[in-house]
Amino acid sequence: MDALTLARAQFGFTLAFHYIFPPLSIGLGLCLVFFEGFYLFTRKKLYLDIARFYTRIFGLIFAMGVATGVVMEFQFGTNWSSYSRFVGDVFGSALAAEGVFAFFLESGFLGLLLFGWNRIKPRTHFFATLMVCLGAHFSAIWIVIANSWQQTPAGYHLVGQPGGAIRAEVTNFWQVVFNPSTLDRCWHVYMGAWQAGAFAVLSISAYFLLKKKNVEFAKAALKIALVIAATASLLQLFSGHESAKVVSLTQPAKLAAYEGHYITGPAPLYLFGWVDEKNSRTHGVYIPGLLSYLVAGSTDVPVTGLDAFTPDKRPPINFVFQTYHAMVAIGMTLIAIAWFGLFLWWRGLIWKTRWFLWVLVFSVLLPQAANQLGWFSAEVGRQPYIVYNLMKTSDALSKTVKASEILTSLIMFGLLYLLLGILFVYLLNDKIQHGLQMKEEKGHRA
Amino acid sequence: MNFDWQTLWFILVGILFMGYAVLDGFDLGVGALHLLVKTDKERRLFINSIGPIWDGNEVWLVTGGGALFAAFPEAYATVFSGFYLAFMMLLVALIFRAVAIEFRSKQPMKWWRQFWDISFSMSSIASSLLIGIAMGNLAWGIPLGTDHEYAGTFLDLLKPFPLLLGVTTLALFTMHGSIFIVLKTEGALQKKLKRWVKNTMIFFILCYALTTLTTLIFIPRMLITLRQEPFLFIVPVLNVLAIANIPRNVSHGRGFGAFLSSCAALVCLITLFGIGVYPNMVFSNPSPENSLTVYNAASSVGTLKIMSLMAAIGFPLILSYTVSIYWVFRGKVKLDSHSY
Repeated sequence: MDALTLARAQFGFTLAFHYIFPPLSIGLGLCLVFFEGFYLFTRKKLYLDIARFYTRIFGLIFAMGVATGVVMEFQFGTNWSSYSRFVGDVFGSALAAEGVFAFFLESGFLGLLLFGWNRIKPRTHFFATLMVCLGAHFSAIWIVIANSWQQTPAGYHLVGQPGGAIRAEVTNFWQVVFNPSTLDRCWHVYMGAWQAGAFAVLSISAYFLLKKKNVEFAKAALKIALVIAATASLLQLFSGHESAKVVSLTQPAKLAAYEGHYITGPAPLYLFGWVDEKNSRTHGVYIPGLLSYLVAGSTDVPVTGLDAFTPDKRPPINFVFQTYHAMVAIGMTLIAIAWFGLFLWWRGLIWKTRWFLWVLVFSVLLPQAANQLGWFSAEVGRQPYIVYNLMKTSDALSKTVKASEILTSLIMFGLLYLLLGILFVYLLNDKIQHGLQMKEEKGHRA
Repeated sequence: MNFDWQTLWFILVGILFMGYAVLDGFDLGVGALHLLVKTDKERRLFINSIGPIWDGNEVWLVTGGGALFAAFPEAYATVFSGFYLAFMMLLVALIFRAVAIEFRSKQPMKWWRQFWDISFSMSSIASSLLIGIAMGNLAWGIPLGTDHEYAGTFLDLLKPFPLLLGVTTLALFTMHGSIFIVLKTEGALQKKLKRWVKNTMIFFILCYALTTLTTLIFIPRMLITLRQEPFLFIVPVLNVLAIANIPRNVSHGRGFGAFLSSCAALVCLITLFGIGVYPNMVFSNPSPENSLTVYNAASSVGTLKIMSLMAAIGFPLILSYTVSIYWVFRGKVKLDSHSY
């Protein structure tokens, strides 16, 4: 394999593994704020137990996020140094801002959140929880800004360097920050993260209810999480819609690939299907004119098709078609699950409907899958560019790093993450099984 | 007169890495000493002494990396791609370290704890060595091409001087860590640890003398800026005083004074390193004309100005978080149900 394929594989792999954890920290962080807020408001010990239990789980998830996140900060330099030289002036500041404004806040108050229960007053502790939650949200903003700039670059100009190279330099910082896709994508990421956190709580609570363990505890947590899940899932529908509209305006090749739309003209929306890239045709079940309607408000508005782009400027079409459609399908399923749950709760049936509780137990995997699929769609859909229309991915590699070196590190990370993944699941399961009894064990398993 | 934004950012990035060395320095040092205490209780005390703070300490490294990327993208790109395998090893070590701290006390099995104890200690040692080796290479110089790309191999990074600086860094962090852990413990354990401080101190002072001597003989370039700006001689003087102050405080039983002196020594050492390297970021050896300096490696002045504004807002915040968390967790480490 060549260095480009290996470097892309390594970046994709390390990032996909990392991205299991940050959405959980963001979403679970929000849940913690509600749990602890309910405790301060009602002073019922039940909510304190919930907050403490999920704080332990949060700690494990956060540690995994930190451990796998350090890699990301340095991988631009190690594997993509030509990219780093080209965008450092613009992209680097967003990463630095993430450190300054998000990581310090998050990690500083995390110590208080995890270990401060007996050292600070409940209100101060609540403040720490709030700050950790806020820090997690801030860090997502800066990362989304950096990534959105790769999708829809703005606020820069290209400057020739003494050695003959060219690089992008900031002309307007606020245009970099609020580039055309930042806000919509930021909401989209947030809602995905809230879903990840809320469905994790739903899953654990449903499991307790099915096993008839910690029933009161599980019911209280489930109610709070269900409201968050239902809200986030519905908002996600709108944010997804807005995001797609921005893509249609700013990255038409990507939208055309998402929908397998070859010929410029009124566009249908596929529910599912298959793109035959050889013959430039898309097969499947579709609703005529719906894509035109969604992006432009009328069924007969022409949507730019892939025919407007020469094959070397198109992303892998069937791949993003599938990832994108799977993400949308999961999004719809999550709305159905959460709102059906609310309905059952309203009818007073939710605690008795065992099959639905089983659905909730496994539902935790869905937002995770949708988050991954969404990022694959966004990033693969941007190809062949690393910075849309400015720099090709194939020009972004480190010149000095050999394919064999990347292969070595890829295998190293592969084995390491396999080990971490297994241990994470094992410890998470252990915490869920024994998490509530821990207090009586004098901290031996804390 | 034009304000020298590039030099300002050289100093600011330096401060971030200095923050990392001072803070993560002691928790890496605690890790390096971890296997020398034998009982489970003692090892838990070690881990929990840094439990609430090590993560915040590591953020200095991550932010330093981000700031280097933003302010000096050429240096960031050259160093990280040039030291590829070395940095991959550092990353693996840091990952192992993070999960070892988190995982170790979560299961009671002996083999489980033993495995993570070894991981924690080895990864702390490896991280310290690798950081020192990287700094040693920056001081010694690495071969760069006209395109600013690294022109050597992995083995070229393992020259004697960088290796010596690796060992010195490990010695420094170990001493720093042993002084810190004395502050956090009490009773018989503390008594035992106090003896260790003396040993780590002797080890460090030997390494320090050897490194200084080698630098004076083999890298006279490190002295140029110092000669040009004689007032900077205050730094090596303070450095020697700070180091001398450590044994003085230790023998008087003033643990906190010893720790502050150790912090001051670290600050002086890194300042000296910065003064020695300046105005280069990455010195090219041979062909010094290909070196990356603070000027040809920097981002545009416009970006540096924006980042300066961010730093002006951010640094007071960072300091307030750091100070308050250390304040809350001051005093001796106690194990409770929330501990690792």
